[in-house]
Amino acid sequence: MKPDNYILKLENISKDFYGNKVLHNVNLTIKPGEIVGLVGENGAGKSTLMNILFGLTVIHETGGYEGKIIFDGEEVNFATPFDAIEAGIGMVHQEFVLIPGFTAMENILLNREPTRYNVVAEVFGDRLMLLDRKEMRRRAVEAIQALEVDLDEEMVVTEMPVGHRQFTEIAREIDRKSTKLLILDEPTAVLTESEADVVMKAIRKLADKGMAVIFISHRLQEIMDTCDKIVVLRDGVIQEEMAPGETNPRKIAQVMVGRELARKISEDTKMREFKDTILEVNTLWVDMPGEQVNGISFKVKRGEIFGVGGLTGQGKLGIANGIMGLYPAEGTVIFNGQRIPLNSPDKVLRVGMAFVSEDRRGVGLLLDQSLNWNIAFTAMQIKENFIKSILGGLIKWRDDKAISKVSREYIQQLQIKCIDENQLACELSGGNQQKICMAKAFALKPDLMFVSEPTRGIDVGAKSLVLDTLRRYNEEYGTTIVITSSELEELRSISDRIAIINEGQIADILPPTAEAVEFGLLMLGNTSETKKVVQNG
Amino acid sequence: MVERIQKIVNNVGLPRIIIGLFLLFLLASAPFVGVRIDTSLNDIILRLAMNGILVLSLVPMVKSGCGLNFGLQLGVISGLLGAVISLELNTTGFGGFFLAIGLAIIFATVFGFLYGILLNRVKGEEMVVATYVGFSSVAFMCIWWLILPFKSQDMIWAYGGAGLRTTISVENYWYDALNNFLSFKIGSHITIPTGGLLFFALLCFLVWVFFRTKIGSAMIAVGSNPEFARSCGVNVNRMRLVSVILSTIIAAIGIIMYQQSFGFIQLYMAPLYMAFPAVAALLLGGASVNKVSLKNVIIGVFLFQGILTMTPSIINNLIKSDMSEAIRIIISNGLIVYALTRSSGVRQS
Repeated sequence: MKPDNYILKLENISKDFYGNKVLHNVNLTIKPGEIVGLVGENGAGKSTLMNILFGLTVIHETGGYEGKIIFDGEEVNFATPFDAIEAGIGMVHQEFVLIPGFTAMENILLNREPTRYNVVAEVFGDRLMLLDRKEMRRRAVEAIQALEVDLDEEMVVTEMPVGHRQFTEIAREIDRKSTKLLILDEPTAVLTESEADVVMKAIRKLADKGMAVIFISHRLQEIMDTCDKIVVLRDGVIQEEMAPGETNPRKIAQVMVGRELARKISEDTKMREFKDTILEVNTLWVDMPGEQVNGISFKVKRGEIFGVGGLTGQGKLGIANGIMGLYPAEGTVIFNGQRIPLNSPDKVLRVGMAFVSEDRRGVGLLLDQSLNWNIAFTAMQIKENFIKSILGGLIKWRDDKAISKVSREYIQQLQIKCIDENQLACELSGGNQQKICMAKAFALKPDLMFVSEPTRGIDVGAKSLVLDTLRRYNEEYGTTIVITSSELEELRSISDRIAIINEGQIADILPPTAEAVEFGLLMLGNTSETKKVVQNG
Repeated sequence: MVERIQKIVNNVGLPRIIIGLFLLFLLASAPFVGVRIDTSLNDIILRLAMNGILVLSLVPMVKSGCGLNFGLQLGVISGLLGAVISLELNTTGFGGFFLAIGLAIIFATVFGFLYGILLNRVKGEEMVVATYVGFSSVAFMCIWWLILPFKSQDMIWAYGGAGLRTTISVENYWYDALNNFLSFKIGSHITIPTGGLLFFALLCFLVWVFFRTKIGSAMIAVGSNPEFARSCGVNVNRMRLVSVILSTIIAAIGIIMYQQSFGFIQLYMAPLYMAFPAVAALLLGGASVNKVSLKNVIIGVFLFQGILTMTPSIINNLIKSDMSEAIRIIISNGLIVYALTRSSGVRQS
């Protein structure tokens, strides 16, 4: 028996990225045959912890970590994932890492194929040995049977339903005879409930055979049903370890989102009243990869700040992108009483909506053009501001002077730090780039603004500036704002109502004063316990 | 000091400095091998007017993000069609020249439209596809030059009585029609082709104006970041299509300008390699696959044509063998390689 009978012991693991602490004194122990469920919000540090464990090179490139990892009785520090695999750690990633044109069998045994001797190998070495397909099949079938699932080893990955792809991934880890610890990063995120059930059962069986499993999921019920121990991570700190028997989803959610902050916010937020509807969305479907929206309906009141929250990948980003015509969408959108054609950015902008994209560098900015261009371009194209008509409109001349003037105004108004309005957008810091994106939208003088992830990737000081600017515009100009964010606290601090999106649907709409635990439960798709608090839409 | 030199080198660009110095060296050494500087300068200026528009034609496509137009031959073919039809109609002087241009623009619009639709389907691979469009269109037209029912005795083969000749003289039609306009002499050996230079300047001005308009600005945004442009309500494909048509039209005008100066219409395989010298000149002028200005066009044509003019006379006299063609090919293709590797991130930070 190993000392203390632990397969894995983490001692005081800390990690920072350029001074930003993401993990703080994490202690965790796992016994053989134990399934540990790891839960936490986006950015709580789950992935970083797993990356450290699995030896991803990004950890070492950013200065390594502090603390001790004891695996199988020895202290380890994996420099690469290969070392981790060698030692007996298997990882199944959230995205499939399979070769599409290969069969399940080939994928399961990739690079570990049993081989047969032939003459050429004598000259050119082992790499030219023949594949022993019979033996391959036997081992693949063995791994699949260990999972006790129904998977055809000859099926090509591209033809498989997603569930079978996930089985293939797991079977691959099982085939490694040395695997003692299996890390599963949201293995059920893309699966249907019945598929997820099979995966969960398979995991249970593996654990019963003595394999330790770390299981990351956002589906609380799964965690409750399968795990032996639940660990909740928040802001890089393990908040609580609990046994599934002595807890409930509500308690987990509460620990996950934290409650102290919540109380503070609810005190200084006053409820505002709004009357007429500016935007009505009915059964909107958006095909945005990774952020699919499945027939969502909601109403936004004129003058309010409408928050849209939810975990990554649940579809909250798809809403704005779909309405603004950037991804294929279907459904009805009524704006100011007028039906808006979908899939046409031009038309949507013309009726008075604007969009600050979550993809600042990819969609939001012309990085190699001046701030002038970035701020004024949309208004120039859509509203023909800064355009001088010559020869009776035959030539629409760009008025660079007017553009400079308006750019300088916004630079001053939003306190954008730059040399002057002719500087290139790529030379600004993230926070200032975000302000340029907002200036671009403001220049359109929209009635309604979609703002997606306005504070992603910018520092704390800039964050509050950005939020203050939004709030000020909302108050001064009556601009309706639909703000999408992964950060719940941010939404609660600025919004009048918050919709939580789960699996492409609205789980519920709550006032910002609702308890944090309510939001937490909605994010995890657990609507049974929540009361419908406000639905004044 | 070192820093300042480094800064200058960075600003001007290493290839341009090397080629510029090389050109200076050639000009300086001209008298020693018995080549007159004034005739050389005359040649360079003439070639500037002759080739400038072809290089200018690349600008719209680079601006819209379609890359360097290696399918320039399509525009050249449109120009050739316009030119031979104007000869067939027996028009001379300015009238003939501008009729050729007018017809060429019609053909270029049609070809450019189809070409643009094709390029919109191969985003990211434009330059490779364009190269083969250029090559195959030249080969395709070889058939048509034979079949098209031209009758003019000046253009068809004397013996068969049908099919166009490989080289057709425009001497009796509109040779130097534009170059002679307001032209004047400096000394005994330099003749300034004022009309040609003015025409080149006019087209440069029109391109400059175009990119100062709303539609031109949209095109620049498409080239700079198509996703941004799309989110701003710009129809990305339409802008790209317009840029391709524009490039093709300017190329068609460019080749007529070239023939007017050169004195001959060259058919069949002659347009095959037309794109490479134009592209090389633009790159030499400091443009890259996705960034270009009119300054690049003018500097590029001047340097490139300077080298082309000077190398045969000087180097051949110097080393007593014909190296000029080899040097021309090394410079033009070498520059293209240099520019393409730079754009694909080899030296990217």
